[in-house]
Amino acid sequence: MVEAFFIYFALMVVFCSVMVVSRKNPVHSVLWMLVMFFHVAGLYLMLNAEFLAATQIIVYAGAILVLFLFVIMLLNLKEEIATEHSVGGWPGGLALAVSFLLFALLAFTGFTVKASGKWSIQEVSRLTHTKALGKVLYTEYLFPFEVASVILLVAIVGAVVLAKKKLKS
Amino acid sequence: MNMPDLQPLMPEIVFLGLALFVLLAELFIKSKETIGLMVIVSVAATAYMIPQSFGVTFSGMFISDGYSSFFKFIFLLNLILTILISIQYIQIERAEFGEYYTVLMFSTLGMMIMASAGDLIVLYLGLELMALSTYILAGFIRHDARSTESALKYFLLGAFSSAILLYGIMLLYGLTGTTDIMKLSSLLMKNGMRLQSIFAIVMVMVAFGFKIALVPFHMWAPDVYEGAPTSITAFMSVGPKAAGFAVIGRVFLTGLEGFSADWRLLLVVLSIATMAVGNIIAIQQHNLKRMLAYSSIAHAGYAVLGVIAGNTEGLSATMNYLLIYAFMNIGAFSVLVLLRNEQERIETLEQIKGLARNHPFASALMLIFMFSLTGIPPTAGFVGKFFLFRALVYSGYTWLAVVAVVFSAISAYFYLRVVMYMYMYEPEEGVTQDISTAAPLGLALLITSLMVIAIGIYPEPFVNFARLVVG
Repeated sequence: MVEAFFIYFALMVVFCSVMVVSRKNPVHSVLWMLVMFFHVAGLYLMLNAEFLAATQIIVYAGAILVLFLFVIMLLNLKEEIATEHSVGGWPGGLALAVSFLLFALLAFTGFTVKASGKWSIQEVSRLTHTKALGKVLYTEYLFPFEVASVILLVAIVGAVVLAKKKLKS
Repeated sequence: MNMPDLQPLMPEIVFLGLALFVLLAELFIKSKETIGLMVIVSVAATAYMIPQSFGVTFSGMFISDGYSSFFKFIFLLNLILTILISIQYIQIERAEFGEYYTVLMFSTLGMMIMASAGDLIVLYLGLELMALSTYILAGFIRHDARSTESALKYFLLGAFSSAILLYGIMLLYGLTGTTDIMKLSSLLMKNGMRLQSIFAIVMVMVAFGFKIALVPFHMWAPDVYEGAPTSITAFMSVGPKAAGFAVIGRVFLTGLEGFSADWRLLLVVLSIATMAVGNIIAIQQHNLKRMLAYSSIAHAGYAVLGVIAGNTEGLSATMNYLLIYAFMNIGAFSVLVLLRNEQERIETLEQIKGLARNHPFASALMLIFMFSLTGIPPTAGFVGKFFLFRALVYSGYTWLAVVAVVFSAISAYFYLRVVMYMYMYEPEEGVTQDISTAAPLGLALLITSLMVIAIGIYPEPFVNFARLVVG
């Protein structure tokens, strides 16, 4: 039963990804991407990672995709896209992607499973995934977390400077 | 949970606090000179904290040692010089938003975190902080299409290289179960998956190669350097490059020590390609900014030689070279900033024809920087190259040193051509060769030219300092 769900989600992710890059209309691409994001969230749920699944939907499907749609609608690229497909060199790209995939699969064979320390599967499911993640993030990974907050601040400052400030003539 | 030891982090914390202060102060203080001065005072305060900060904290994620301090010194120096050349320049370009200074500070903060990163996650976040700030700065002249194009190009390719770096980090994590740089080497050796490890190393190297613009990952550099504001071109041709070298030194020489034969071979190929492409394509450039972009690619090729040598001698030679490169390269860009007047951008060889007639002093400075970039004694550029090549010969790569010297000789053609155009031609009709008279810019030129000559004549203390710091 679990395998059936996994196969469904995995195949849909691959299928949707292919649809995203092969559609001529960018709005269709974005909508296929939305479907893909939901299926990725499904995969996360199967891994007992409910926090990641929720963020996947809230952040990617909710925020980033809406942004994509806005940009596409603002730019109004339709005619340009229809005449000239943006992914013309796909055979080369495909060859590169396939060779990359083969290398990546090869690299995965070398992966090792380390003895789980404090956070065993039982411990994570006892505390719930969200709580466990929060604990690690605010203790062990506090420093990277704070650096990430500075990055977000720079992004905000940059967006204001590049988009909002009036040009001086 | 005990409170982590914040002592090693103090310079960064102070610097971040002051950057936030500058961001707020800019709302009330309209004088850009005052803001610039505040940044310089912040840098001084941070530099003062660095020697007292040695230590390791956050269970090995953040390492403050001699090595990182030397690089932080280069970043802070780069920031000061950039501020000095920027104050009047961004007014002429009509882009004098106060955020300029804060974003420069954030970018420098990112570099400082990179230099101190003991963990791949921290390294990645520092790199993103630095890169994101630089993208913004590259597009700062919003009404100029070239500047916007350069920012966008830099952003897209930078995001791509970040993704590759993340793949590399993911593979290293999968192979070892850790992101701690200090533990990588032994765990990779224990795992014993050679081919898989090399694939991960290649990914990491591609991403770093992009940051320091090694051929064939250099395609972004000429366009971005040409389009960005000249002061920012000076900033990003030194700072992010030095930061890239800081992490290369840390990750390859410590984290991936066990695979040194493999990555050394890769770096040899990359460095030869970089020196060849950088120096040979620079010959065809008539735009000075573009020429300096290719020259900066070539110089990354030289600096890698010290990492290839791979010992204390080599690494300290690379660090020295980066310090010297900061002085001479920012100096050369300062002269370009000096030549930017209200009417036009003086950027091409034709426009600087006969500059020596109108501005003998500015031409003499340019001459010093061009000699130094070529590596002619008694300038600092010679000292830098000398120690690099010496380290290379001592570690058994004599043939590579010969190759580097040959490319160095080729580079003389396009550097000295600039000198020839300034001194041996009559000025063109209709070109206004007015120069800026801003005092801060003059100070930047004074510092850079004096240092280029001082290091060239008396290199001893600098060389010993870098050696002391590494060893």
